[in-house]
Amino acid sequence: MWEAPVADLAVHAPHPPGFKHQFEDMEQQREADSLGMWVFLVTEIMFFGGLFATYIIYRALYLTAFEEGSRLLNVKFGAANTAVLIGSSLTMALAIHAAQAGKKKSEQVMYLVLTMILGAIFLFLKFNFEWRADYHEHLIPGFHFIIRPEWGAAGTHVPLFFCFYFFMTGLHALHMIIGFGILGTLTVMAQRGRFSSEYYAPLEVSGLYWHFVDIVWIFLFPLLYLIGGRFAIPGVH
Amino acid sequence: MITGLMLTGFTNIAAAVAAIPIHPTSASSIADSVDHLYYFLTVITLFFTFAIFTTIFYFMVKFRRRSPDERPADTKTHLALELTWTIVPTLITVVIFVWASSLYFENSRPPEASTEIFVVGKQWMWHIQHPEGVREINELHVPVNAPIKITMTSDDVIHDFYIPAFRVKKDAVPGRYTSLWFQATKIGTYHIFCAQYCGADHAEMIGWVYVMSPSDYAAWLSGGARNESMAQTGERLFTQLGCVTCHVADNTGRGPSLVGIYGKQEKLRNGDMKLVDEALIRQAIVNPNSIILPNYPPIMPSFQGQINEEQVLQLIAYVKSLGAEERKTNGK
Amino acid sequence: MSTTVIPEMPGQEIPAESRVNYLNASYGVKSWLLTTDHKRIALLYLGSITLMFFVGGFFAVLMRLHLIEPQGALVAPETYNKLFTMHGVIMVFFFLVPSIPATLGNFLVPMMIGARDLAFPRLNLLSWYIYIIGAAFTLYAVISGGVDTGWTFYTPYSSTFSHTSVIPTALGVFITGFSSILTGLNFVVTIHKMRAPGLTWFRLPLFIWAMYATSIIFILGTPVIAITIFLLGLERLLHIGIFDPAIGGDPILFQHMFWFYSHPAVYIMILPGMGVMSELITCFSRKRVFGYTFVAFSSLAIAIISFLVWGHHMFVTGQSIYAGLIFSVLSFLVAIPSAVKVFNWTATLYKGSISYDAPMLYALGFIGLFTMGGLTGLFLASLATDVHLNGTYFIVAHFHYIMVGGAVMAYLGGIHFWWPKITGRMYPDGWARFAALIIFVGFNLTFFPQFVLGYLGMPRRYAVYPTEFQVLNVMSSAGASILGIGYLIPLIYLLWSIRYGPIAGPNPWGAKGLEWETPSPPPTENFEEIPVVTEDAYDYANVGGSRG
Repeated sequence: MWEAPVADLAVHAPHPPGFKHQFEDMEQQREADSLGMWVFLVTEIMFFGGLFATYIIYRALYLTAFEEGSRLLNVKFGAANTAVLIGSSLTMALAIHAAQAGKKKSEQVMYLVLTMILGAIFLFLKFNFEWRADYHEHLIPGFHFIIRPEWGAAGTHVPLFFCFYFFMTGLHALHMIIGFGILGTLTVMAQRGRFSSEYYAPLEVSGLYWHFVDIVWIFLFPLLYLIGGRFAIPGVH
Repeated sequence: MITGLMLTGFTNIAAAVAAIPIHPTSASSIADSVDHLYYFLTVITLFFTFAIFTTIFYFMVKFRRRSPDERPADTKTHLALELTWTIVPTLITVVIFVWASSLYFENSRPPEASTEIFVVGKQWMWHIQHPEGVREINELHVPVNAPIKITMTSDDVIHDFYIPAFRVKKDAVPGRYTSLWFQATKIGTYHIFCAQYCGADHAEMIGWVYVMSPSDYAAWLSGGARNESMAQTGERLFTQLGCVTCHVADNTGRGPSLVGIYGKQEKLRNGDMKLVDEALIRQAIVNPNSIILPNYPPIMPSFQGQINEEQVLQLIAYVKSLGAEERKTNGK
Repeated sequence: MSTTVIPEMPGQEIPAESRVNYLNASYGVKSWLLTTDHKRIALLYLGSITLMFFVGGFFAVLMRLHLIEPQGALVAPETYNKLFTMHGVIMVFFFLVPSIPATLGNFLVPMMIGARDLAFPRLNLLSWYIYIIGAAFTLYAVISGGVDTGWTFYTPYSSTFSHTSVIPTALGVFITGFSSILTGLNFVVTIHKMRAPGLTWFRLPLFIWAMYATSIIFILGTPVIAITIFLLGLERLLHIGIFDPAIGGDPILFQHMFWFYSHPAVYIMILPGMGVMSELITCFSRKRVFGYTFVAFSSLAIAIISFLVWGHHMFVTGQSIYAGLIFSVLSFLVAIPSAVKVFNWTATLYKGSISYDAPMLYALGFIGLFTMGGLTGLFLASLATDVHLNGTYFIVAHFHYIMVGGAVMAYLGGIHFWWPKITGRMYPDGWARFAALIIFVGFNLTFFPQFVLGYLGMPRRYAVYPTEFQVLNVMSSAGASILGIGYLIPLIYLLWSIRYGPIAGPNPWGAKGLEWETPSPPPTENFEEIPVVTEDAYDYANVGGSRG
């Protein structure tokens, strides 16, 4: 005889905080969350990868133009931003460690806030210094881009370089802004004492995402800023 | 009476079906071999489809459920069978692949002595130029039994030049040259279609190939208004556009002499070797500073936008003619 | 011989209304629009996908009506060009790609593996909303004048020359892509991590293997089309020379990037159907599938090799003949696993106990039509014949045989098979079989003549055509009208059955599978207790024993 199923949630033992009922236990949930984030990062690799592939193809086709464009990027800010981002990955890892080791929530919050500050510095340097200068120097395609005579015949393809530059760094910045929102949510959760040595999966999973965003930048920086022939060795093309 | 109606209906359908050809006219040297491959593939398709259908039908009838509680015996798998029906189809596909690829290679390499004809597709018509200078729109006159190489490009979007009767087709891509070749074997008139969707009047971008006997073709070619050849038109352009001021034949100009340059291997400043073919000459005209020569500064202006693709082809024809007869000319 | 309800426990027909199940557990629009129950989300998808199917189908009807006359019977060429574009965009991106995964997949994946829901239920709901937003953009494009680039958006026509709503359409496709990505992610994690105890990989139903393989393609391929469409949009807005050759771009690069996703996408459209096949054939011959391991690995092989063949869409673009060789040989290779599956399904029938219920009729139709469609692929993988056939109606016939004769029939077969589980009701079997027959006949009459048209040389996407092609076109249009009616019939009786159909028991087909161990319709949490699995899939020889 089929019995009408009774909601028997009260019968089993109380679950740890943050437990989601589609899972059988916390371990399954943790593993699923982690795998989910890794699979998501694979999709992001394909997403950025497609873009990188197109960039590399056009760089091969229009090397001179791309080198001209690359030389106009501000490598000092780019390098500073690289350091800032690496630092933010460190503070993120420290935040996760703080929860994992059962440290006080104030320590978790501190590291999370530091990560956000470093992320904000990155965005500030990029938008306020690099992009604003590019706008004033008429280097943004679609916004009164001016082709400079010193670029010579390659000049017609320099806008293409900047198109890729703004698209790639813009997409990266968008991911950082989303990461910022995630960090903010995590900070609020940490402040409310939600994380402990037993439950810190959201931190771990978000840490994966943040590290990925960092790694994308570590590819972007040399591809866009460094290989522009600015470190030319005499006698070698 | 119903039977009568049905019979009439079926007979009419059968007659209509029988009147439908299943393959287009075969009018080129490769058409029959393509058809043979096609028939082979059709036989394979029909054989396996029929085999699967009849096997299924047979099993369905023979093993139909006879009582609600029937429980068939358990069978798992049979490795020999699995391997057989994996390996046999693989072998069949290998045969097809080798056959199709070798035919394709043959069909992709024009014979040395091909007559060249140039096609520019633009929305929504085909501009055709014979080297002797005759131009046609949506019509292509060719002599029978002579290999013809069509070199083509597009002025705007991607088109596709398709002659079903010859079994040839190739995209006409803006910004580059593509080519196909054929040798017509039957005098007659055949469809040309555009086979790559290109906008509003894609379906109107059609025309006719007229395959003629050699004498008729020669008569057609020289009939009508006195035309100058493509190379002669190109020479006029060469002067009009000022090319002649830098590209002096005796190498005293700011640019290299172009005499005999077609077909040579040129070394670029970065050490690369490039064959001087139609594509490279076109590149030199529309994007000169992508080709930098060792002894010349990159000062040639681009002519992109100033001339259309047909004019580029005429200039190329002129450059090609420059080594052919060792003409010494000052270009004026 | 009307309904064939086989209650597992004779005499125990509990009226569905008196038992709490996922349909009546809560009422109200909010409980549906904010649900996280995978079964309700599956129904949300079912409704939206069905709507898109009939919109796309409507455009097809107009096209076939137009083509009965060589000079066009219905609309101006510009309108015809929009019709085939929108038919393609809607059918590919808004019907075929989501169809089985988002409806049957969402409903069945947790149930077949003994889980209470997918790994990320809220993400699942988000996927549906993303789909709806994408569909809204595309429907807006349809209403605001349509788009005429072809569903393939080839440049530079789409980037520089077309004056139609390219960007809203592209945006709609871009957005909906994320719906697929998230669904694929959900399935992969669920299948990896949430299988019931004892349910090892090689005990999984083959439908799950098919969903897994499809999800791999979702995850790896969809992001690339997203980037491609984004770049197309940028080109259209800013004219910077990515794809427009007049300013230095490469239009063939667009095709490489587009087909890098869109070829695997066609396997997204067929693999789930193959998964359904394995379920239907085993149930309706009451036998274990022949060669389980081979069928399972074939799904994975197809998913992986599908990423290596995209160049076969570009044999006549002027690409190197050596590149053509490589893509050709790989395209032949990808056909082999599909052939292996067809043989295995046929062998499953041998010495089985076969019944002719509507789902089985759809399954058998699938096998025959998919075989034919797949074999015509060989003509196109063959370089020498592809030169003649590319861009003609042969291609149109080839992919419709697989998409419609294959995927849609599998979809309908699956809907009919699991209908009693989903709704707790049975549909009228006589009408179902009748519709299956009409669809089969109409389909063949529509698309077989197109093979002939293609070889004769009629190009595709032609609003007008030479008169010698008229007879075959009229045949095709006649078939299309039959096919259209065939599709309307299930719409009517399935909807009717929800209210008036006889109540179905938990397992009216006597099928094996964890989903059949639950009541029809199932409770929200699927299983009172998570079952423990001790036997292989499709263990029909094991009389009466369930898997739990």
